[in-house]
Amino acid sequence: MIRYKPSEVVDFIVIGSGAAGGVVAKELSTAGFSVVVLEQGPYIKEKDFNHDEFGVGFQHDISNNPKLQPNTFRTNASEAATLGQRYNYGRLVGGGSVHFTANYWRFHPDDFRERSVFGDVPGSSFSDWPVTYDELEPYYTKAEWELGISGLAGSNPFDGPRSRPYPLPPLPVKSSGVLFERATKKLGLHPFPAPMAVLSQPYLGRGACVHCGWCETFGCEMRAKSSTLASVIPMAEKTGRCEIRSGCYVRRIQSNAAGRVTGAVYFDSRRREVFQKSRAVVLSANGVESAKLLLMSASKRFPNGLANSSGMVGKNFMWDLGGLVSGLFDHPLNEYKSVQVSRVIHDYYAADPKRGFYGGAGIDARFDWFPITFGLDGLPPDAPKWGADYKKMLGNYFTHTFSTLSHNTSLSVETNMVDLDPSVKDSWGLPAPRLTFQLHPDDVKNAEWVQKRQVEILEAAGATKIWTYPLDDVGISTHLMGTMRMGNDPARSVVNRFNRAHDIPNLFIVDGSSLVTSGRQQPTATIQALAYRAAEAAAEAAKKGEL
Amino acid sequence: MTRRELLLSALSAATLSDIASAQQHAQSAKESDAAFRYLATADAREIEALAAQIIPSDGTPGAKEAGCIHFIDRALETFDREKREIYRTGLAAAQKKRAELFPQSQTLAGLESSQAIELIRGIEQTEFFKLLRTHTIMGFLATPAWGGNQGMVGWAHIGLEHKMAFQPPFGYYDGAAK
Ligand SMILES: Cc1cc2nc3c(=O)[nH]c(=O)nc-3n(C[C@H](O)[C@H](O)[C@H](O)COP(=O)(O)OP(=O)(O)OC[C@H]3O[C@@H](n4cnc5c(N)ncnc54)[C@H](O)[C@@H]3O)c2cc1C
Repeated sequence: MIRYKPSEVVDFIVIGSGAAGGVVAKELSTAGFSVVVLEQGPYIKEKDFNHDEFGVGFQHDISNNPKLQPNTFRTNASEAATLGQRYNYGRLVGGGSVHFTANYWRFHPDDFRERSVFGDVPGSSFSDWPVTYDELEPYYTKAEWELGISGLAGSNPFDGPRSRPYPLPPLPVKSSGVLFERATKKLGLHPFPAPMAVLSQPYLGRGACVHCGWCETFGCEMRAKSSTLASVIPMAEKTGRCEIRSGCYVRRIQSNAAGRVTGAVYFDSRRREVFQKSRAVVLSANGVESAKLLLMSASKRFPNGLANSSGMVGKNFMWDLGGLVSGLFDHPLNEYKSVQVSRVIHDYYAADPKRGFYGGAGIDARFDWFPITFGLDGLPPDAPKWGADYKKMLGNYFTHTFSTLSHNTSLSVETNMVDLDPSVKDSWGLPAPRLTFQLHPDDVKNAEWVQKRQVEILEAAGATKIWTYPLDDVGISTHLMGTMRMGNDPARSVVNRFNRAHDIPNLFIVDGSSLVTSGRQQPTATIQALAYRAAEAAAEAAKKGEL
Repeated sequence: MTRRELLLSALSAATLSDIASAQQHAQSAKESDAAFRYLATADAREIEALAAQIIPSDGTPGAKEAGCIHFIDRALETFDREKREIYRTGLAAAQKKRAELFPQSQTLAGLESSQAIELIRGIEQTEFFKLLRTHTIMGFLATPAWGGNQGMVGWAHIGLEHKMAFQPPFGYYDGAAK
């Protein structure tokens, strides 16, 4: 791998090597540019991944560790924020694409114009996107073919038009998928095979999924999960122009009096400060970390933080909303095998004014549990918590349960935001992000309505027992969206329709932060389609000498 | 949000060196009578007696055979160091309760099963017992590298076969579908 000197002015710095950053690094380096990717997490590979639920799930082996990088949380600005983990992301080369569940849904055409279709929602900043589905379609297709997505084109009647089918057939159906499909058809709904960023067959030199089951929250030893680590990052490195510099925690994007960015200051793995120079910067650190970094990069010229003349940096933060409903079945399902999800419905995706609120959801059949989490919390709330009866139920339920998970809209609200905590610092002495989030009343109504649909499905599937989980605690968010929204109006948005900062010509912000609406969660396909498109725009501008 | 994700906040996170040393300790705990690192042996046996009521050894292996106490010992030695006080005061309170309820008894480990169950009903809602439950279940179901789940008896109990690869059909219903 090529190594650049920090004093060398490279064409692009990409901050963060996750779902978006990995794509951008590959696109820019194959277009002929010199690229340094600064990633705070370690560069670990397939051979280093394991099936250690305690390490991965509870000790944060490959995700952000709140002991080192804490955050605070409050529901509104008049409340004092308190410590406690509220967001979770993959902290390694490949970022969240390494450990994600790999549901790979395109947004629907109406997602991009939903404000016009549905109308205004009081108390929200609900808006149309400055991009249409048709404009994004070629980039969805590119992502699917380059990363390796399994699915069945045409099987979801609510999907937008597509120019090509998926490159790979769907993964095998699980017992949960068979039961879910039967039940939803009985209810007149339209189940379809889950589109997954997991290879159902060998593809582009990578192995197919072997159905080990340790998928969500884990890294894949087979390179079958289509993370950027397994797919595009090796292509970037092969150009000889892209350096992946891991263990580098960026603390500041440097800017000059002319209002341009000049590089990034980071702590290396030995916590020494280094300044890497560049002609342009692409910020891809995710919906929370990118906002934090822009706010930490204030200067004389940009006193409120970089790219923040609108005051919109950090605002309109949207949460990963949804609810779980579980059911027990007579025969063994053995859901612990294979990927988490095999069947989905989008029948309740579109918002319907007749319901009396804004909102919608996709629902999937899944097993969202591993042994420890199931042992702690997988049984019905009325089950014994210890003793012989607990042990007996645990032994039976683990193999006989599946859940439906809903993926619900999270309305954008300007007061839901990420900013810097005034007092709490992380282990490097940098300010901890402070998350402010409160459900919009329509989010609450939607969640209650969707939960009823999930119960209906499990009833129709023949579950002998059904149990729900409380909807009032939003828990920990894993889909970090909306803090630097995209728009045509520089007074109301942070980046333009090509993810370029309105205020700073040589700064691009390309990650979950630019999303204007939350779709029905599962944002990664859209984040990566936008990343392909933004990288193309950045390369074009650079070639024209505009950066 | 799923309950699973809520749980991420339930336990404190370790530093990398904690994890490394916890795993080293776990290596040496492979035999269930290995020495304890943090707990005094007498206390360990008392805690183990309570854990054995959470997942009893009723015909099939329970917390005791899985060596959950070694997971707990490692936790208190390394990544859950700051929870030592909860164990110390919790165990003392449990002993006090034992002496009140069963004045003839000497130890928790010496109680009849029905007596131990009665005692636990009285402390079920305490921070100590909730933490002990969490640790016991974790020890029973984590990979054996963390000290518990010895011989993978926890996984055997829940019906999880640990293999690197599976072939469909995975369960009854997808099998029947073919
Ligand atoms: C358990 C889990 C399951 C998920 N399942 C799904 C799913 O099924 N479908 C779906 O669509 N989405 C899913 N997601 C969400 C998905 O992971 C994210 O949407 C996606 O990874 C976001 O991409 P991103 O490029 O915005 O950021 P990320 O992928 O988070 O990448 C950001 C990268 O930047 C690095 N970074 C941050 N700050 C700095 C800094 N200051 N200096 C240097 N580097 C930095 C981070 O370490 C990280 O590697 C899941 C997430 C989790 C946690």
